[in-house]
Amino acid sequence: MAPLGRAALLLAFGLVAYALVAGSYAAWKKRRRLALSAQNALIAAFPATLLASAVLVIALARRDFTFAYVAQHTSHNLPLPYTLSAFWGGQEGSLLLWLVILTGYASLAVWLNRRSRELMAWTVPVFGLIAIFFGFMLCFVSSPFHQQPAPADGAGMVPSLQNPYMLAHPPMLYLGYVGLAVPFAFAMGALLSGRTDERWIVATRRWTLAAWTFLGVGQLLGSHWAYTEIGWGGYYAWDPVENAAFMPWLVATAFLHSVMIQEKRGMLKIWNMILVALAFNLSIFGTFLTRSGVINSVHSFSQSPIGAWILGFLILMVVFSVALIYLRLPLLRTKTKLESLVSREATFLYNNLLLVALALTILWGVLYPVLSDALRGQTRSVSKPYYDFFLHTFGIPLLLLMGIGPLVAWRKASLRSLGKTFLIPFSIAVVTGGILVGLGFDSSWAGLLSYTFSAFVLASIVLEFVRGRSAAGGILKLVSRNRRRYGGYIVHAAVVLFAIGVAGSSAYQTISERHLLPGQSMEVAGYTVTYESIGGVKGADYTGFRTLLSVTGHGEHFTTEPGMNNYGPVVGSSNEASIYHDPRTLGDFFTTDSLDNAKTGRVDVTVLVKPLLNLIWVGGLLFVFGALVAMWPDAVEQRRLAARYAAGAAPAGI
Amino acid sequence: MEWGLALAAAIAVVAVVFVARPFLREPAPASDRLDELAPEERQRLSLAEERDRALDALKELEFDHRTGKVSDDDYRAQVGPLRRRAADALRALEAGEQTPREHVTVSDEPAST
Repeated sequence: MAPLGRAALLLAFGLVAYALVAGSYAAWKKRRRLALSAQNALIAAFPATLLASAVLVIALARRDFTFAYVAQHTSHNLPLPYTLSAFWGGQEGSLLLWLVILTGYASLAVWLNRRSRELMAWTVPVFGLIAIFFGFMLCFVSSPFHQQPAPADGAGMVPSLQNPYMLAHPPMLYLGYVGLAVPFAFAMGALLSGRTDERWIVATRRWTLAAWTFLGVGQLLGSHWAYTEIGWGGYYAWDPVENAAFMPWLVATAFLHSVMIQEKRGMLKIWNMILVALAFNLSIFGTFLTRSGVINSVHSFSQSPIGAWILGFLILMVVFSVALIYLRLPLLRTKTKLESLVSREATFLYNNLLLVALALTILWGVLYPVLSDALRGQTRSVSKPYYDFFLHTFGIPLLLLMGIGPLVAWRKASLRSLGKTFLIPFSIAVVTGGILVGLGFDSSWAGLLSYTFSAFVLASIVLEFVRGRSAAGGILKLVSRNRRRYGGYIVHAAVVLFAIGVAGSSAYQTISERHLLPGQSMEVAGYTVTYESIGGVKGADYTGFRTLLSVTGHGEHFTTEPGMNNYGPVVGSSNEASIYHDPRTLGDFFTTDSLDNAKTGRVDVTVLVKPLLNLIWVGGLLFVFGALVAMWPDAVEQRRLAARYAAGAAPAGI
Repeated sequence: MEWGLALAAAIAVVAVVFVARPFLREPAPASDRLDELAPEERQRLSLAEERDRALDALKELEFDHRTGKVSDDDYRAQVGPLRRRAADALRALEAGEQTPREHVTVSDEPAST
């Protein structure tokens, strides 16, 4: 089995190397058959990588410990789904996942756009350039097919990874990270070929949206995993590896908005190229952070010694993209100017500046400890207050812009029109803010502003649908005629739910921690928590305890059972939080504990009451729905674009 | 593991044939030149993009006017120039088709060449 896996990887490496070298030569010398041959090599690399992946999956399923990778990440007792998830649980497997997704995406994207040969001629070698790095790593530096004499049992899996969310969280993130390679390859291909028209944007529009959606869903799943599994009661800790996924998502969000300005006004060509390159390079940076171990992280289980290789590749890609954009500046400059600072495109521009500023301040927060250590030998850390400050500074105005944007017309808007369109949302926001102040929500200005602006945004979105429905003659007609716009509004509504959930569960949460003996009680936010009893639990690969806590208050009675699992001396132990979802507040009653004294049964109980938190997860579902609406193909639009790009074809009619 | 290597070799052969396919299908082509957009075609694309932008902008303007986002005065001020832009782009496209080698510059958008 292992030789087959190695051979498949070598074949894939050879194919992507050919796609890079032969493809570049063909594009340079304008050789049609050689360019097609390079394109075929890139497409053939996908089944070869898929075969290597199948070999690893079979080895994992059979728990074949002659594969060092399988022995290092699984054990006989590990349930099968988690055993299979070890594919992306370690360094070699995750590199293979990168390559298989990359070659899969590249094959499909190249195949779908095969008729645009001039653009494809240079896009194929760019894909080859990215793929050759991962192929090289897998063949010569970090192979998942290294063999050894089989030990009696494997080392097992880190307990925090043994969670259903971990079956989906890493693949989703990888689908997002790698997905950003598609717009990058097409953008660089466009620059290399001199095709700086909108062809590359049309080709990658849905790919970008899909990658962005995967990245968003991956982060939400990761947040849910952190919340339910790590046991500290939060869902986002500004951990460097979490930030690593958040930064490209922010930049991709900026790109999804700014690319509309290029499509509608022919502006921002340079800016869009910069955003595409930045998003992709941040995704490589994310891989570097996750795998290098240069920074302490809750993801430290994923650290490995290949960081230097990834850093080298990152530097190469940054230099490549910056040099290419610089060299092609004359082709990217346009004469079209912004007509007014009060227009839809201007609000998109402000949103872009805020999104990129937020991404860059997060990047500085991640880099500062590394640079401080490397240059001054000082150990520094950037903690929550830094990130919270910039999230409030840039995030709250961004929230407001989400409500302003839909109300402002393209090109320019007069004060009279603005007064008319803003009247209802503005009034709703003022009334909401007043009521919230009256109810005492001014204890947190960030929370108060988030709630008030959320009311403004929701009102503006509802108004858009109501007015649009009247004009279009029905909600389905309205949405189907402009899926991107109305899908986007649904996503905006999801972001509002995130904002309300985050504000409620952080600005207005209550935390309490107490030592309790059986029979003792504690008071938290109007609830009485009584420690009833303690008992042991046993699973396939762990032993542990659970305490029974009964909770009464606010007219409710429920129980929670927090505890801990012990997976043995090698793997360690994990907190097992117990969470009650309160339908009344849409929030959670979150409990964890640790055994303080086994003889007396004394435990340290931590309780967090987090209002409105579940809106974050509901928002996640709405986010996916909105993204699907925006992505859904529009036959009329596709026919129009096909006519535009058919060489020598007649122009489409009005 | 010999079967594994044999399978790998078979897959490699299939891959090589697939990669060589363009040369096998056309051993002696009339032209091996990679398709490249002529300057006229680039100009046509630029005009087609300009036309689509102008038509999109007109549609947006009509819709925003109907939903009350654009006042009557703003609508009247914007609709004329947008219609002229769309008409100019259409005329330039038609002229380009009739005289494909003629260099047509109607748009305010520079050609991408």
